[in-house]
Amino acid sequence: MPVLELAVEEVFEIMVGCRVKPVAQTEHPPNEEYTAMIGLAGALCGILTLSCNAQTARQIARSMLGGTDNADTEVADALGELCNMIAGNFKNKLAGTDERCMLSVPTVISGGEYSFHSLADGCSVATVLLFEDAPVAVRLQLQS
Amino acid sequence: MDKIRALIVDDSSVMRKIVERSLRQAGVELEKVVEASNGAEALVALQHNVVDLILCDINMPVMDGLEFVRQSATVENAKGVPIVMITTEGSESHVVQALSAGARGYIRKPFTPEQVKEHVVSVLGKKL
Repeated sequence: MPVLELAVEEVFEIMVGCRVKPVAQTEHPPNEEYTAMIGLAGALCGILTLSCNAQTARQIARSMLGGTDNADTEVADALGELCNMIAGNFKNKLAGTDERCMLSVPTVISGGEYSFHSLADGCSVATVLLFEDAPVAVRLQLQS
Repeated sequence: MDKIRALIVDDSSVMRKIVERSLRQAGVELEKVVEASNGAEALVALQHNVVDLILCDINMPVMDGLEFVRQSATVENAKGVPIVMITTEGSESHVVQALSAGARGYIRKPFTPEQVKEHVVSVLGKKL
C-alpha cells in the first residue's frame, strides 16, 4: 500500500475513529471549503494538504472531540492537527527521512472562494478518501 | 489508582481536549486538569498548581516542549513529577533528546487511549 494512503488511514482510524478507503478522485471531486496544510523542510521539501467541505470538516472535528458540536476555530484546529499527524505519520514511515525532515505548524484556510497554488515543482502524490460518503483529499507536493 | 492532577501542554486546544479524553477513556480518574498552550505558560501554571503528571507536546511556539522539560527541573512544583511527551515527532533523536532532558515517557501521535494508559501506569508506578 502506498505510504501516504497508509499514513492517512491509520490517523483516521485512531484519531477520528473511522476506517477510510481510497476512491477514484474523478468520481468524487472534493468540495474544498477547508484546506489544512503543513510545510515540510529538509530531506523532504514541500507541502502536505488535507481538503474537504465544511460539513465534513465539522463532522471530523465532532468525531475527534467525542461527539460535541464545535466552534469554527475548533473545527480549523482539529483539521490542522489531523493534517499535522498525517504528515508526521507519513515521514515516520519513510526510513532515514524522519531524522532530517521538519514540519511547520499547521495552517488552515476556510471559505468558498479561494484557489490553492503550491510553488513546489517536483512530484505530487494525492489520495481521495471517503469519510461518511464525502470526499477528503490529501495531497503531497514536493520540490524537485 | 488515586485521582490524579494533570498538566496538559499543547498549542492546540483540540489536542489538549483529546489528551484529556484519552486519559478518561483509559480509566484514569482526574481530580484536576490544568492546561497550557506552550512551555512558558506551563512553567507559570506550575508556580500556582501542584500536579502529579505532565503531558507535553514538543513543537510549540514561545517555548517548545524540550526547553520546558529542561527548565521545569528548577521549578519546585515540578520536582519528581513525571513528564510524558506526546508529539508527532517520532525520530530517535527526538526521543533521545526528550529522555535526556528529563522526560520519562514518549508517545507518538496518533495515539490510542491504551497507549496513554500504558505510559501513565509506567511513570506513576500504579495500576489502574
